[in-house]
Amino acid sequence: MGMLTIGCFPGLVGNMTYDFALKLADAAVTKGHKVNIWFSGNATGSIKAHQKHLKDYSTGEKHLKALIEKGVEICTCEACTVARGIMKTEGIEGVQWNAMHWYLAKIHASDRVLQIGGE
Amino acid sequence: MGDVKLAFIVQKPQYKGETSRLAITHAISYQTVEILLEDGDTVTPKLCFIGEGVLGLQGKQNAMELYGITSTESHMKNSLLVDLDVLICKEDLAKYGISESEMPDAEDMGADKKIQIVPFAEIQKAMEEAKHVLFF
Repeated sequence: MGMLTIGCFPGLVGNMTYDFALKLADAAVTKGHKVNIWFSGNATGSIKAHQKHLKDYSTGEKHLKALIEKGVEICTCEACTVARGIMKTEGIEGVQWNAMHWYLAKIHASDRVLQIGGE
Repeated sequence: MGDVKLAFIVQKPQYKGETSRLAITHAISYQTVEILLEDGDTVTPKLCFIGEGVLGLQGKQNAMELYGITSTESHMKNSLLVDLDVLICKEDLAKYGISESEMPDAEDMGADKKIQIVPFAEIQKAMEEAKHVLFF
């Protein structure tokens, strides 16, 4: 099985790109691949815990927790996250916090990389 | 695993979104990635600007003075300072009427590297040589 790293940059709300990235990650890990997700830019807003899942809006928390349970490594860009006023103590448990070199290190080991751009 | 070559392809103007800036900062982070890799492993990115991505790269920017934030120019200079290969598409600069002499350098910071203004064929070559191509 291979290793897939997804760079996810779009915001959680306002488009379906984020939802697609998580669905893709789930499909890959379910098939037995190792999957890493890097959040940067507006995507980092999605790692805040205690999201209320209103049906009119995409939600991140439930899906992120499920992916972490399945062994997906998820990391948020610390600078992007704190710039949006989200502190580590407010983040979803299991999401890693690191700098951009985390993404490059995962890319180094990956068979495939999907860079999913944002706004 | 050795060296892994990457091509960062910036297609959007710096002033139209955050991701074009993030392409630069992510590429710069190759400088510190070795702390997370095995001995002998490296990442070598090339940072390429094509299409509308060549807009807003000119020197003499005053973002810090006017808005209190770093400018694209300062990021370009930092890229050169850490010996990153920065390629800008010659045809696209010409398309938008931007003079090659307007591109910044980082001589004042002591950088040896210079921005490389190259035909698109050179950027195509960088993409072909890369293991992974990342579009921003």
